[in-house]
Amino acid sequence: MNTIIALIPAIPFLSFLILALFGHKMTRKIAGIIGAGSIGIIGLFTIIVAIGFFNSLPEVKSYTVKVWEWINAGNLRVDISFSLDSLSLVFCFVITFVGFLIHLYSIGFMAKDEGFTRFFAYMNLFIGSMLVLVLADNILLMYLGWEGVGLCSYLLIGFWYKEPQNGYAARKAFIITRIGDTAMIIGIFILFLNFGTVNINELMQQASSKWVAGSSVAVLTAALLLGGALGKSAQLPLQTWLPDAMAGPSPVSALIHAATMVTAGVYLIARTHVLFSLAPVVQSAIAIIGALTLFIAGFSALAQHDLKRILAYSTISQIGYMFLALGVGAWSAAVFHFMIHAFFKALLFLGAGIVILVLDEEHDIFKMGGLRKKMPVVFYTFLIGSASLSALPLVTAGFYSKDQILWYSFSSQSGSILLWLAGIIGALLTALYSFRMIFITFFGKSKTEPSFLPGKLMTYPLIILAVLSVFGGFVELPASIGNIHLFSNLVDNTLPVTVIKTGEGHELLFQALSAIIALTGIYIAYLIYFKKPSYSEPYSHSRINKFFEKGWGFDKLYDTLFVKPVVWFSVIDKNDFFDLWNIGLSRLTLLFNRLLSTTQNGKMRWYLLSFVIGIAIILTYILSK
Amino acid sequence: MLTVPVGTQILFAGILFFLGLIGLLVRRNMIFMLMSIEIMFNAAGLVFIIAGTHWKQPDGQVMFIFILAVTAVEVSIALAMILQVYHHFKTLDSDAINNLKDQN
Repeated sequence: MNTIIALIPAIPFLSFLILALFGHKMTRKIAGIIGAGSIGIIGLFTIIVAIGFFNSLPEVKSYTVKVWEWINAGNLRVDISFSLDSLSLVFCFVITFVGFLIHLYSIGFMAKDEGFTRFFAYMNLFIGSMLVLVLADNILLMYLGWEGVGLCSYLLIGFWYKEPQNGYAARKAFIITRIGDTAMIIGIFILFLNFGTVNINELMQQASSKWVAGSSVAVLTAALLLGGALGKSAQLPLQTWLPDAMAGPSPVSALIHAATMVTAGVYLIARTHVLFSLAPVVQSAIAIIGALTLFIAGFSALAQHDLKRILAYSTISQIGYMFLALGVGAWSAAVFHFMIHAFFKALLFLGAGIVILVLDEEHDIFKMGGLRKKMPVVFYTFLIGSASLSALPLVTAGFYSKDQILWYSFSSQSGSILLWLAGIIGALLTALYSFRMIFITFFGKSKTEPSFLPGKLMTYPLIILAVLSVFGGFVELPASIGNIHLFSNLVDNTLPVTVIKTGEGHELLFQALSAIIALTGIYIAYLIYFKKPSYSEPYSHSRINKFFEKGWGFDKLYDTLFVKPVVWFSVIDKNDFFDLWNIGLSRLTLLFNRLLSTTQNGKMRWYLLSFVIGIAIILTYILSK
Repeated sequence: MLTVPVGTQILFAGILFFLGLIGLLVRRNMIFMLMSIEIMFNAAGLVFIIAGTHWKQPDGQVMFIFILAVTAVEVSIALAMILQVYHHFKTLDSDAINNLKDQN
């Protein structure tokens, strides 16, 4: 059991090394087998570990494996050690299982790309780093994984590096997430300074016993860690990088920018939940940020023309739901929505990838249309994914996960009617933009002919994910319908149970409301984007819609607020004291270089003479002593 | 048997060595430079012989045999290299062969 846990993150790193070092000699077939096979193996290992975990569940709630000592300096002791509990098990399962399906799909998707082995090397490195992130036993090792996935995100967004635009998007993602990461590492420093350890369990125990709830140090630390989570999970105000990150290949968007990496912030907050319950101010800030983000991103998604950008804004919006859940203390609901979201959003991105690929890199949904008959498998799976995303009542997994969040956003102890209202408007928007996408892309007149049809390697993962997007929800049914709590029972082994306000017994009413809202959204989409497109025309061309399309002008705001002043200052400040010092230093070095290089004149006898003179001097010195 | 003082013997070997050294420094033809190196080797070997006779030990002569062997190897390698240099540059002038110098 313990060896297998340590092997789970090790195998992807191994296959990364093999692909990176010997990839150029391999055929694509072998590289694909190594790249996807390694993820398949750890998928199996995860299942074995999960079975072992369930068997020993009531007694043993977490396993810890120490692999070796990493740092031992003074009172700082950091081990490479992994710890598995129910929270990391859920994340591991999603990472390996969804990751494996995406790797299989990638073999078909990247088949003609010249960077085939490089792609799989990066993807395996990503999976390895992500597993280190979720399995890490101490916060420093977790930070290592955190930065590792950031690096892979950068490498894969800029995968097609020959386009300068892609490199720009990659740098933007890297720099903006770095703002959050800097806040996070300062938070880690504060934790270490106060408690003298980096082990997460010890930190949480000491924090709850030594820090007073609401004290300034607890609030500061929680806020700094939240900064890291906001950057990684693309939440307000650091959300601007994710839509541009769509420059990467579609499997990358599915794996990194929908299913796994962007939810690392959710994992961080859930993992350090003790700190956040010590800082109620920060926790309610999480809920408000989540609600605002899902609202803003929902409107932006409705205004996009690029298929992948719709999905990107939708991802921001759905992670907003998870943050809302975290903020109101509905831990298991957040993790549940993370899992279901990973299924349907990976499915949607993979479907979008096929659509874009067969239409020769056409991203604009208004130039697609009529794909329903030509690619039935893609259409039906995409439809299931969209239905799950827009929380179609009763039949889809998305309904159960999102409805749980909506219910808790009102009924939990820190919930309120305003948060619920933001959530329910977000749900309407979600249904609207999902089916706008469906109706415009797959129905109507065909505008571009598909150049080829996707192979089985690409469609089978879609089918599996579609099945999960429907049936994945049945592991957790609300008390009013079915009353199954397999998932929350599992997660509650690690995370505290959601506390509900007393006297709130109208769950069924709220469910009915959210079901009606979702159906209304779908109906409106049907009406204004399919039946009578003229209804949506005035809105689509309005100025407010353009504003939403540009992501509420955040890019422009940051450009004027941060980028331009820095550029301006660096231009006028070209020759200040520090620069003069540096320029002087380089000139001095160059002068010495010239002096010495005259002695290297290439004349052998000159060298010999200097040899002889040197020996003469040394001999004189020795003899005269 | 005529005995020469050890100091004179060493002085003789030293003069031989410096002759070789000066030859190495003033000559530009590489064949001659190689010959000068041989003279310097022989001077060094001579010092060993002198020391061996002075202390009545066989080590000096053993050492000289070693030096002979090393010189033989060195000459064969050096001649082969000189041949290659001549093939490549069509000259044996050591000053003309300066492609490794700093280029600025």
